[in-house]
Amino acid sequence: MTRSSVSRRQFLGASGAALVTGLAGCSAGEGGTSTDTASSADTIKIGVLEDQSGNFALVGDPKAKASMLAIEEINANGGIDGKQIETFQRDPQSDNQRYQELTRTAINEENVDALWAGYSSATREAIRPIIDRNEQLYFYTTQYEGGVCDEFTFAVGPTARQQLGIVLPYLVEEFGPDIYTIAADYNFGQLSADWVKVLANENDANVLGEEFIPLSESSFGSTINRIQEADPDFVMSMLVGANHTSFYEQKASAGLDIPIGTSTAMAQGYEHRRLDAPAMANIYAGVNYMEEVPTDSNTRDGGFVDRYFEMYPDAPYLNEEAETNYFSTYMYKKAVEQAGTTEQPEVIDALESGIELGTEEAPEAPEGETIRLDGATHHVDHHMWIMRADEEHNVEAVENRQIPETFLSETAGCNLPENPEQTQYTPVDYYEEAE
Amino acid sequence: MVNGINLALQFLDSFAFIVLAAAGLAIIFGIMGVINLAHGEFILIGAYTATLAVTQLGLPLVVAMVAGGLVTGLFGILTERVIISGAWPNWVSQRTLGRDIIEPLYDRLADSMVATFGLSLILTQGTRIAYGNSIDGLSTPFGPIEYGAFSYSTYRIVLAGVSIGLLVATYYLFTRTDFGMRARATIQDKETAQAMGVNTERMYMLTFGIGSALAGLTGALFAPVVTMRPTLGDQFLVESFVAVVVGGPSVVLGTALSGGVLGAILAVFSNLYGTFIGRIALLVAALVALRFLPDGITGFIEQLQKRRQESE
Repeated sequence: MTRSSVSRRQFLGASGAALVTGLAGCSAGEGGTSTDTASSADTIKIGVLEDQSGNFALVGDPKAKASMLAIEEINANGGIDGKQIETFQRDPQSDNQRYQELTRTAINEENVDALWAGYSSATREAIRPIIDRNEQLYFYTTQYEGGVCDEFTFAVGPTARQQLGIVLPYLVEEFGPDIYTIAADYNFGQLSADWVKVLANENDANVLGEEFIPLSESSFGSTINRIQEADPDFVMSMLVGANHTSFYEQKASAGLDIPIGTSTAMAQGYEHRRLDAPAMANIYAGVNYMEEVPTDSNTRDGGFVDRYFEMYPDAPYLNEEAETNYFSTYMYKKAVEQAGTTEQPEVIDALESGIELGTEEAPEAPEGETIRLDGATHHVDHHMWIMRADEEHNVEAVENRQIPETFLSETAGCNLPENPEQTQYTPVDYYEEAE
Repeated sequence: MVNGINLALQFLDSFAFIVLAAAGLAIIFGIMGVINLAHGEFILIGAYTATLAVTQLGLPLVVAMVAGGLVTGLFGILTERVIISGAWPNWVSQRTLGRDIIEPLYDRLADSMVATFGLSLILTQGTRIAYGNSIDGLSTPFGPIEYGAFSYSTYRIVLAGVSIGLLVATYYLFTRTDFGMRARATIQDKETAQAMGVNTERMYMLTFGIGSALAGLTGALFAPVVTMRPTLGDQFLVESFVAVVVGGPSVVLGTALSGGVLGAILAVFSNLYGTFIGRIALLVAALVALRFLPDGITGFIEQLQKRRQESE
């Protein structure tokens, strides 16, 4: 058999070219409506970096779509102070390094007036140093572990204390005080588990056991056995990502029939739509928003859900974070109109004055109620819901009320207008039981 | 306290997972010297085919699973013809350019990795474009078995039975049939096999197809218990590569033994100390095995046999 080095090199070249084409295919076409000129005075430029491929595509894609919905609505209604919004939109492919590159591009080359970026906490922490160094106005719109007190970051999603704070006391009341915690093994899961301990203590409940599960794990046989051995009244689940979704199917087929409280399932990755019933039966999600939230502005004809699916008929679901992207775009609009300029320090001042939104811009809030951006902490006092899935995976709201952000404002004493800082506080610093 | 039944079921579960994850890879790597980095995506094809066959076409689950294996097998043959052996592109180029454009990838480890890695990227992203970030999943058949305070999914135990059945069938196919003999002859000495009248081209193609079909069947079998998404193959990769490396040169026996050893380690440690420690233990075991048994378990057994023969 003869092997000429020429054909070998040609082959490698060809496969290399195929590789590059494949990679280019991932990013081409995601660029959307952006134009590559620096923003001029009569337009406002917004950067939207959300995952549309890679590990977080399932949860990141609705975020990008909801941002575009808000921007299109605003532009159709005359823009912000008469200025149209231009977008710089790219797909960072769930890759933190690409996030860093694209964040630099957005700030230094595109001169965005405000930036929305990132699904995971790891991503946020990867780009926050770049944000801070460039003093860039930044909206982080995912639900997260809480505690970020940063003068340039507006973490407007609900925190673990807000999400768990509505669902855990309810489950203690309904089912009893013994809790077993399962959580993803990284900063979000670890800190959320700490919050379960803090909230258990505040509600006279106790945590029988906890297990942290690597993100790559998808077999839960031993975890299910350990839960059965501990025999708790309910489970708190802060599992994250597609591998962990297998837990719900596996616990159902193993006959583990126990109420589960969660801050992560259903509202983000719509497991109740994707998995066959009854995998998600008896699961209680503490969330600020999911598609089924029964407010009038959300569900009526021409409401938020209708408008979203009119713009994206093929979209599978309108998730928790999508609403946060949506209302935070309107928060930015209000702030710019109040400041009368897009100069970032002045817009930040306007945001810190305490912007409030009603149910039309923030569909999580029922008729007559509002959500409020707390200027001191850059967090939002959300209207929180407990959403329960039944045997057929129908989702209904069992409780709802406003839950303010309290950890930064009351416990940690974060006051950014008075004392600008760039810190992330953790519960371990303030609560013995979190250690 | 460790419950004995828990441990036994956990072992069966881990054994089935490792053996099924590794089977297709072991054949393609062990017999053909091709490292198939698209192994996870072959599993993906099987899982998606089976799931869509049930949800879209309404086929019974068992039929859908067989279809998952068959479709992946056919895709494997296509891959072999186009990328691995290059026979079809070369057929075209012979007629247009008058020469071959693709050199076969057999026993070219690094090159086969690059080519199949490219294929895996295309398959993952292609699946995402065609079917979105997720498709609706299936529910697990059979329900639970209960014992004391515990219960376990019956289907996971069925999988253990299926994995043993597949091992036996593969062993039989490659050692006791005419086809198996020709395939092994082709791998050992291509020229001599050709001289003896074996159609070696066909052997390569079919062996690759069988390896692919096994990967697809694995995906189909696990379709009810894993989440349907374009990257679902990733979760099988660590176990499959570790099992193949630890198993060593004898494909079937190696897969069975490494499935047994690694499954036992995974079951004991994840039962005693949790999932995280279980995974660490699996990787440490693989490291130790590679350090002291560089040719894998079956390589070590072969050495022992050789030594015994010499001393006799």
